[in-house]
Amino acid sequence: MTEPSPTAAAAAGRGKLVLRRFLRNRLAVAALGLIVLFYLAAFTYTWYAPWAYDELDPAANLLPPEGSHWFGTNQIGGDMFAQTMRGLQKSLTIGLLAALFSTGVASIVGAAAGYFGGWTDRIAMWVVDLLLILPPFLIISILSPAFRGKTWFILVGLIALFQWMITARMVRGMTLTLREREFVKAAKFMGQPAWRIIAKHIVPNMASLLIIDATVNVGVAIITETSLSFFGFGVQAPDVSLGTLIANGSDAVRTFPWLFYIPAGFLVLTVLAVNFAGDGLRDALDPSSSRSRRRERKRVAAATQSTPDSETATAGAVV
Amino acid sequence: MTPTPPPATDAPVLEVSGLDVSFPSESGRVHAVRGLSYQVAAGEVLGIVGESGSGKSVSSLAVMGLLPPQARISGSIRFRGREIIGQSDAELSKLRGKKIAMVFQDPLSALTPVYPVGAQIAEALLVHGKGTVTKEQANRRAVELLDLVGIPNAAQRAKSFPHEFSGGMRQRAVIAIAIANDPDLIIADEPTTALDVTVQAQVLEVLKTAQEVTGAGIVIITHDLGVVAGFADRLMVMYAGRAVEQGPVDTLYARPRMPYTLGLLGSIPRVDAHEKQPLVPIEGQPPSLVDLPGGCPFEPRCPLSADVCRDTEPALVTLAPAAPDAVVDTAHRAACLRLDEVTAHHADAAEVYGAEVVAQAPAAQVPRAERDTVLDVRDLVKHYAVTKGAVFRRRAGTVRAVDGISFDIVAGETLGLVGESGCGKSTTLMEILDLAMPSGGSVAVLGKDVATLTAKERKAIRRDLQVVFQDPMAALDPRMPVGDIIAEPMRVHGHSAGAIERRVPELLGLVGLRPEHADRYPAEFSGGQRQRIGIARALALEPKLVVLDEPVSALDVSIQAGVINLLDELKAKLGLSYLFVAHDLSVVRHIADRVAVMYLGKVVEIGDVRTVFEAPQHPYTQALLSAIPIPDPVKERERTRIILTGDLPSPADPPSGCRFRTRCFVFPQLSEEDRQRCVELEPPRTAKADDHDVACHYAKTREVV
Amino acid sequence: MTGFLLRRFANYIALCLVATFAAFSLASLAFSPLDELKLRNPPPPQATIDAKAAELHLTMPIPERFFVWLGDVLHGNFGRTVTDQPITDELFRRMGVSLRLFLLGITIGIIIGVLVGVVSAIRQYKISDYLATTFSFVVLSTPVFVIATVLKAGAQSVNDNLLGGYQFFIVQGETSGLDGGFGDVLLDRLQHIIVPTLAIVLTQVAYYSRYQRSAMLDVLGSDFLRTAQAKGLTRRKALFKHGLRTALIPMATLFAFGFGLLVTGGIFTEKIFGWYGMGDWLVTGIQKQDTNIVATVTLFIAVCVLLAGWLADVLYALLDPRVRIR
Repeated sequence: MTEPSPTAAAAAGRGKLVLRRFLRNRLAVAALGLIVLFYLAAFTYTWYAPWAYDELDPAANLLPPEGSHWFGTNQIGGDMFAQTMRGLQKSLTIGLLAALFSTGVASIVGAAAGYFGGWTDRIAMWVVDLLLILPPFLIISILSPAFRGKTWFILVGLIALFQWMITARMVRGMTLTLREREFVKAAKFMGQPAWRIIAKHIVPNMASLLIIDATVNVGVAIITETSLSFFGFGVQAPDVSLGTLIANGSDAVRTFPWLFYIPAGFLVLTVLAVNFAGDGLRDALDPSSSRSRRRERKRVAAATQSTPDSETATAGAVV
Repeated sequence: MTPTPPPATDAPVLEVSGLDVSFPSESGRVHAVRGLSYQVAAGEVLGIVGESGSGKSVSSLAVMGLLPPQARISGSIRFRGREIIGQSDAELSKLRGKKIAMVFQDPLSALTPVYPVGAQIAEALLVHGKGTVTKEQANRRAVELLDLVGIPNAAQRAKSFPHEFSGGMRQRAVIAIAIANDPDLIIADEPTTALDVTVQAQVLEVLKTAQEVTGAGIVIITHDLGVVAGFADRLMVMYAGRAVEQGPVDTLYARPRMPYTLGLLGSIPRVDAHEKQPLVPIEGQPPSLVDLPGGCPFEPRCPLSADVCRDTEPALVTLAPAAPDAVVDTAHRAACLRLDEVTAHHADAAEVYGAEVVAQAPAAQVPRAERDTVLDVRDLVKHYAVTKGAVFRRRAGTVRAVDGISFDIVAGETLGLVGESGCGKSTTLMEILDLAMPSGGSVAVLGKDVATLTAKERKAIRRDLQVVFQDPMAALDPRMPVGDIIAEPMRVHGHSAGAIERRVPELLGLVGLRPEHADRYPAEFSGGQRQRIGIARALALEPKLVVLDEPVSALDVSIQAGVINLLDELKAKLGLSYLFVAHDLSVVRHIADRVAVMYLGKVVEIGDVRTVFEAPQHPYTQALLSAIPIPDPVKERERTRIILTGDLPSPADPPSGCRFRTRCFVFPQLSEEDRQRCVELEPPRTAKADDHDVACHYAKTREVV
Repeated sequence: MTGFLLRRFANYIALCLVATFAAFSLASLAFSPLDELKLRNPPPPQATIDAKAAELHLTMPIPERFFVWLGDVLHGNFGRTVTDQPITDELFRRMGVSLRLFLLGITIGIIIGVLVGVVSAIRQYKISDYLATTFSFVVLSTPVFVIATVLKAGAQSVNDNLLGGYQFFIVQGETSGLDGGFGDVLLDRLQHIIVPTLAIVLTQVAYYSRYQRSAMLDVLGSDFLRTAQAKGLTRRKALFKHGLRTALIPMATLFAFGFGLLVTGGIFTEKIFGWYGMGDWLVTGIQKQDTNIVATVTLFIAVCVLLAGWLADVLYALLDPRVRIR
């Protein structure tokens, strides 16, 4: 830490390598591009869209896409483009934040449980088991009457709170392996205190896994959020999320298809893009998980071992 | 001097010619094997020697037709005159296991975990004997085969699953599979590398039996010139995917001509050396096989390299003609452009490579009794509970990993702690490094009993007690630049940034690296260099005692010598004391002043290294020493091995009385009353000579090396 | 062994109880079942509200309420709904509905999933592998409610456009309730179950095939597979006899937990296709702010997970000799 210059230079070297590997994966790059595009579109739509999401056009109910209503209108004359962008905004933000929080919690709990072992481990794993029995959907929907009308940040917190357990188990498993690694023992034998060992040696060595896991969690969080909203347990009116929009459109799917297929399409594309980008990231950060052969065959398409919560499959991501 | 000529047959069993194998990789095509040619006759043993990445395993997988589909293969492999390359999987599978059999390196993963061992052997018979062999016959034959390879109680054990077998037993089972159909050719790929030296001796015995029973030609692949010395008839040394020297085994050991072979032979510490021999380090590392520059691939590491070596890759030159009646090529050939120079030096490795014996430290001249004690271990005990099963956990009992051992180390001294894996040597080491109160006995570092230390004192002692680990890959945090790794102990102990900045290049220089290496990451270094970084880190705080946990066992032989020499030098230069844990007795013989032999948590023999190695008194020490192969075919053929039966008993349930009695070769020869003593009474450690303690009721000197 | 299994069982029971207690407490805190009564117009007298509160045990502190409910449960009585219907009868009826819906889907899903995964792994980076992978990615990126809605709309379109209006696929409910011979009833049930089962199978296949593929790939590079080939088995035979058998071990746990998570996974399918099963009940319970329904469903989920854990242990022991105890 006292020698920032060489460290930074070398880190940049690794960063460059990862970037180069990532850029080679065209599908992942396209996916990342799509996410960025969605993000920009969703957050700037007020600048260029003719309608606002909470604005009603009394002259246009259930209009198919045309004129100033690019994505048509809904039953009460709301502009579907503005609403979809607004919903995308909500879903993306909630997904990203929840994933960030849950991966953070998971790495702290998992690393502490794995490193200290004993009672810390037992208690932590018991809590994990307990929360795994209670599906997040169940708990959050039970709590939904209580946070109705309050800020959507509570929803982010709740999604994160019930999504960290599997990652925590994975982190714990890797910490158990890392704890026996000789460089961790070396640090211990030179007198490095436990929390510094966790911060300096254990967590950095799981960085690839945590980054990959965070992207997986983004997809999961977005699906959780939209699922909750679909039943009215998540984002509440008058605000919209892709889930509420899809719920609204699902009854009219055969008569007014744009009400359903447009938000659903955006949702699927978003999650798909997140997953493909995460997959490319996994390949770039952890080349051992992929095989070199397909580089040669230039068939860098979808295929990789996508195993979000298998301990064995991700163990290779340590280094 | 001439080896037994192979039995005359019309043609060689196996003929490989111009074999090329390459794989795609991220950085380009890896040319793993380049123009390899060799033959094997029936009943003959060909040894293929090389370091990791020399292409020796790839070439044998090519013979089996088991290379991954992305491999590109050209050349010719003819088995009994029939071309193998290009055959379909169905065709090859008729040959595999029937005519050509293979024994793999890692016995732990070579058997399918979910089927009983007997069934897996029987399968080999059933596959090839469709319609002619019944299931019962196959099962009966499987038991016979298990019995043949020396599994006691074979009928019973055939029903066991692989995880219930020890490594040595699994390797026997794999050999049983290999010989099941009486093959014409057995390929053994590092069959003993993963095994302890005593088990290695057993497995080599079994392989010899297998050859006698089947009369097959054997290809044994190894990196250990000791293993093949007494076993092979002919030898082929591989480097960078090519044969660089080949010939009859005696010729090759007596008159090596390629500098690489010379270096390999010179880099092995010898257990039979009476005086300290210089160890020859081969600097550098094998070339990348992705794009080899023209010229001799060994040139960058060769002490005799000249301009011509950089331009032309040498072809094999015949030095001695083949035996006229042999069906295979028995000529002595070497690929080197500087053969004259090698001959001029009389093929003396130390002379060619300029290696010298490291001088002793001045402290070593002081009598032992007058030096300070840096480590004093008294009756140390470490027991722990074990649970069994991945799902159904249950307490399986108490493991007596370390059960009352005592030894001490004085300033400037090296104590070697040796024994098979599972004997408790690593546990002992971790107990010492933990600096916590042991579950029994005492540990005193630099005169301070660790049981009574305060947190502050403990940290202070950590300055003087440092460790170097076995696996140089795992010992360095891959996410930290080397400079930070070396600086970490100094940061922990509060050195100033300025002091650290000055010290890091100094330390790198000390272990033979360059100061600019500080900015690089561990992954950019070879195994030997990484181990040097580990040593630099251990030396950062100028410790008094360094604990070395198998520091060279993960390194290739050619690299190993350099690290051993470095450790030797540093000890003399800095007046260090070493606790050197190893399973390789020849390395201990080279570096240690005293040696302690451990068996099942007990020290069975301890004393001056020369006394223990030259006049061992405990049967276990004798067996250990006798199991070590010597890289000298003449000596090897004359030696009689003490082969220990069975495996190390579980430390959770050690035998009563003398723990070694279940495997002891003396025990069965004793009279009934004498045996009773071994069964009932644990032999106490008694002094047999000045600085030589033995724990055996019937200790007797035997010369075994 | 027995001691171990008992300890394990005790731990599961404790987890179940704590989980149910947590759900009960959270529901009690979050729900206000009297709202509906209070907001009636004209407002009912205070006495009526108080009586309802007493009837729902709202006067007691939450832990006491829980233990009263739990005491009843031990006697086979799961309490009454806010609208004063007995829960127990409903519970068994709905369990039956869920089981009928999911058993078929999950079984087919596992079988196809394993097959697809194995083929993908063996033919890694071939067209079939890319197709299977793309399929999995798309399905796993699509929430169940979108898949179910699209399938539903698709089936209706098929009825209208391809079958000329003949309603072959029925996408609402479990049965038309018609009275007829065995064949008629069976056909009617089949017409109802095909589309929802397809929704379940699609997600299950996507999920299991990914895991099976990676488990199989782990095994593909293993030494024992090489040994099997070295003794003369063809690659195909070695793959199935030695490879697949070993690769199935880690899958066992997944299968078991797949059954365990049947309820929560099925909420959308039940809701969208109008099957009145456990998942549908949970949503109804929450919408009606009914603590007893929520607690009952939670207990059911917890017991499912418990049984799944148990099943996973047993399957593991059956498949893997390394964990068997002799």
